[in-house]
Amino acid sequence: MAGLRSFAKADRSRKHRSPLHGISPLGAIAGSFLALLVIAAVLAPLIAPYSPTGNDLSATYQKPGLHHLLGTDEFGRDLLSRIIYGGRISLTGVGVAVVVYLILGATIGVVAGYVGGILDSVVTWVAEVCFALPGAVVILVLLATLGNNVTAAMLVLGLLAAPSLAVFMSGATKSVRAEMYIAAARVTGLRTRQILMRHVLPQVLAPLTVQLSLFAGTALLVQTGLDFLGLATQPPTASWGAMVSDGATHLGQDGWMVVPPGVVVMLSVMSFGLLGDALQDRRRERLKTPTPVNARPGGVPIAADDTDCRAASTTLDPQVVLTVRQLSVGTNDGGYTPIVDNVTFELRHGACIGIVGESGSGKTMTALSVIGLLPDGVAISAGTVTFAGRELVGSQRNDSAGVRGAGIAMISQEPVANLDPSFTVGAQVAEVVRRHSRASRRQAYAEALDLLTQVRLPNVKQIAKRYPHQLSGGMAQRVVIAAALAGKPQVLIADEPTTALDVTVQAEILELLRDLRAETGLAMILVSHDWGIIADSCDSALVMYAGQLVEESPIAEIFDRPRHPYSEGLMRSNPYYAPPSRSKLPSIPGNVPALGQWPLGCRFAARCQYATEDCRATSIELVRIDSDRWARCIHHDLVAAPQAGLAS
Amino acid sequence: MTTTSGAGQAIHANVPRDRADESPLLEFDHLSVVYRGARRMRVSAVDDVSFSLLPGETVGLVGESGSGKTTIGSAAVGLAPVTAGKIRFEGQDVTHATGPKRRALSRKLQIIFQDPYSSLNPLRTIGQTLIEPLLVNGGTTRQQQTSAVSDMLSRVGLDPTAAGRYPANFSGGERQRVAIARALMASPKVVVCDEAVSALDLSVQAQVLNLLAELQRELDISYLFISHDLSVVRHMCDRVAVLYRGQIVELGEAGLIHDKALHPYTQALLTASPLPDPGAQRRLREKNRSALNPARPTASLKACRFANRCPLATDVCEQEAPELKAAPDGRLIACHHIAEAALLYSSRVEHTRDGPVNE
Repeated sequence: MAGLRSFAKADRSRKHRSPLHGISPLGAIAGSFLALLVIAAVLAPLIAPYSPTGNDLSATYQKPGLHHLLGTDEFGRDLLSRIIYGGRISLTGVGVAVVVYLILGATIGVVAGYVGGILDSVVTWVAEVCFALPGAVVILVLLATLGNNVTAAMLVLGLLAAPSLAVFMSGATKSVRAEMYIAAARVTGLRTRQILMRHVLPQVLAPLTVQLSLFAGTALLVQTGLDFLGLATQPPTASWGAMVSDGATHLGQDGWMVVPPGVVVMLSVMSFGLLGDALQDRRRERLKTPTPVNARPGGVPIAADDTDCRAASTTLDPQVVLTVRQLSVGTNDGGYTPIVDNVTFELRHGACIGIVGESGSGKTMTALSVIGLLPDGVAISAGTVTFAGRELVGSQRNDSAGVRGAGIAMISQEPVANLDPSFTVGAQVAEVVRRHSRASRRQAYAEALDLLTQVRLPNVKQIAKRYPHQLSGGMAQRVVIAAALAGKPQVLIADEPTTALDVTVQAEILELLRDLRAETGLAMILVSHDWGIIADSCDSALVMYAGQLVEESPIAEIFDRPRHPYSEGLMRSNPYYAPPSRSKLPSIPGNVPALGQWPLGCRFAARCQYATEDCRATSIELVRIDSDRWARCIHHDLVAAPQAGLAS
Repeated sequence: MTTTSGAGQAIHANVPRDRADESPLLEFDHLSVVYRGARRMRVSAVDDVSFSLLPGETVGLVGESGSGKTTIGSAAVGLAPVTAGKIRFEGQDVTHATGPKRRALSRKLQIIFQDPYSSLNPLRTIGQTLIEPLLVNGGTTRQQQTSAVSDMLSRVGLDPTAAGRYPANFSGGERQRVAIARALMASPKVVVCDEAVSALDLSVQAQVLNLLAELQRELDISYLFISHDLSVVRHMCDRVAVLYRGQIVELGEAGLIHDKALHPYTQALLTASPLPDPGAQRRLREKNRSALNPARPTASLKACRFANRCPLATDVCEQEAPELKAAPDGRLIACHHIAEAALLYSSRVEHTRDGPVNE
């Protein structure tokens, strides 16, 4: 697989950097410290100032000084030299244990996890046996029979711990194995070995590093412990454990002796842990998507533009139940990146507004900010949301919670995820009823059954006793709608309510929502990417692009003749409008600009067939085209209907 | 290619007349797939499905979740356990191909998955991913590999420098282009497109559909095009097979199936998909309140699988499953009540749409 290097530009430049590049300072210190210990141990004869076993009875129990940097022990041996030489024993022991642990545990674990079946069961079974063995006893017995062979002891330690790593790695591998790119690699025809090396290993490396660093620390402690007990290394040979033991014996004469080896052991164990953490963090850091280049720094939201003519046109109409005015939403952790930019619209009683757009258009965030359910790290930075005369932005937490559910309710894309798996659906709906009224449990349950009937579930009494996983997606969405209706809301926000459902079930849910609106006068905001659903259910449409409202129009008019090039492009690229022969679909070139990379002028200009210099020069305002139509385009006269240009 | 059984002939019955003598590239011959679920439960995903794919042709598989459309695609590339029947590629039985045989096959038979995010390994550069199909059979120098990757990237409309970057640097549409490039690296003859554009944003979906069509013209690839979106299938496919609970209920020319659907299930699918045209959609909806009966338990195992939801179901549907047979216009359909279905259709769809497709 040498042929790959030419593609791994990022990799290559990384390889020429120091191995510690990109690591946190603490991790770098830990790594350097461990490296220093290893180098010192390897070069011990060259750098140690004295022999580790050279007695000097004229200089016993010395404190650190010029001759002996770390002082001397009871025989006048130089502590620094003994630590350097002792590293050879202690670190070799750790090395042996870690290598056995790594080779056996990781290999068997990855293979067992990938292959699965009997092999995986056997690994689990062996691991359970090893967990049951008293490790310390096994090692002590071994040392007794093999005569203080420290290498053998550490080898057995690695052997005993390996199965637990194998089980761990098998689990990690199994989750990687379920990824689609593994299936893709199998279809490509790669051999199992190639898939393991190329796709599985790089993914499980991060958890493996952490396991290894933890085990290295443990192994060092075990090694030190055995030496401390005098079971492994025999005097006068220096090892860290033996030195601590010496120090402890002569604590009365000299309190210092125990300090240097103790500190070295402590720092080493800490360093193993810190290095593991740092390596994992570095890996996570590298996987992050690059931060947008022109994200607005310093948390300065764009000021709401008072001259926006669309905002000025909204009036205090008693027909209006919800007014959103100059709403801007952005990230509020680590710099402000705008997500929704100055959106204004109003919703009348009983009406249904469709918000159309692609991922990153801000349509869902607009809907979520209306009900005050923005995710962590995202907040409203400007603008107002007025519901039935009450201002929701910046109001007390309790206040908006009161409106949430009772005044404004919401249903979302994943119905099953919105239900608690451990309660029956009847109990869950009744719970919501009780939150909104002072009904008794029995009354609430009866009301819940009424609500479930209202959403046309059959055999309501039986269905109320079921748990969410016993329902189909369509039934679960009906339950969610029933719960949403419990507070008798005036506004229902439906965020892609049918995206996860089959098309025949979708038709039923859309029909239900339409009927509920007719029966109860519910107003609705329907967020969707599907023009068919918008055409089916909405009275008017808001088209969003890159955080902005680019077109607002009554439904028949926008399908008849869109007035923004983006709406036009979306409709024209729909295969529904394509001529029967398999000709090229009209498509919008390019991609939606990423968050934080919105251009200054018209945000659609780069993809627009009508764009001119003027479009890019300055930001484009919404233009009133008709009494109830708005488009953010200076060329809206050029925009044509989706059917135009087709041979008829 | 000669097959002996009666239903075996049905594999070819629907091939367009002018191509009737051509031997198919990919054949599914009475394919069944049964998954073993928890507690030894057996789930039949595909049940006795036969159809074929001609060189350069696009066959669409449509249906809802549980119809088995994805399983058929997975079985073709060896990712689903075939329990009965055969899959033939260029006349050779590849049903249970493994090892060297599967590797040789993988050059000619590729797949594009739905999710452009999970189908690329985030830890490998685009170039490292694209080169894999070339590693399988070896025999290429590093230089050849590099230039093949650059060529393929420009062919799918990406900059060749993309090879050095990671999937995280690309949008969904760009990643799907990479997935297409990976599928095409070994110059396959058949590509299974498993909901290949479903996860893409609308404005990007058309680009990718155009790219697939363009590559087909240039490279003479056959597509097995799996999708739940009927207008996309109508646009992309020569023929369409409609699946319901693991079986083909209707198979025929894409235009015929989409514009003159016969099987009550196909009709239900079509009338349930909302049209992006408020007037037409309102008319369609008013004529079709409850196109489907609410599901009720089926009487017998022998019954037509759709009988419990079908508005046309009678006793015969409960007693005997209809066979897939040729209708006069050449399509295959599994229904006891074709004449009634035709009437149902005209009452439903006529004059709902003023667009160019329905005349």
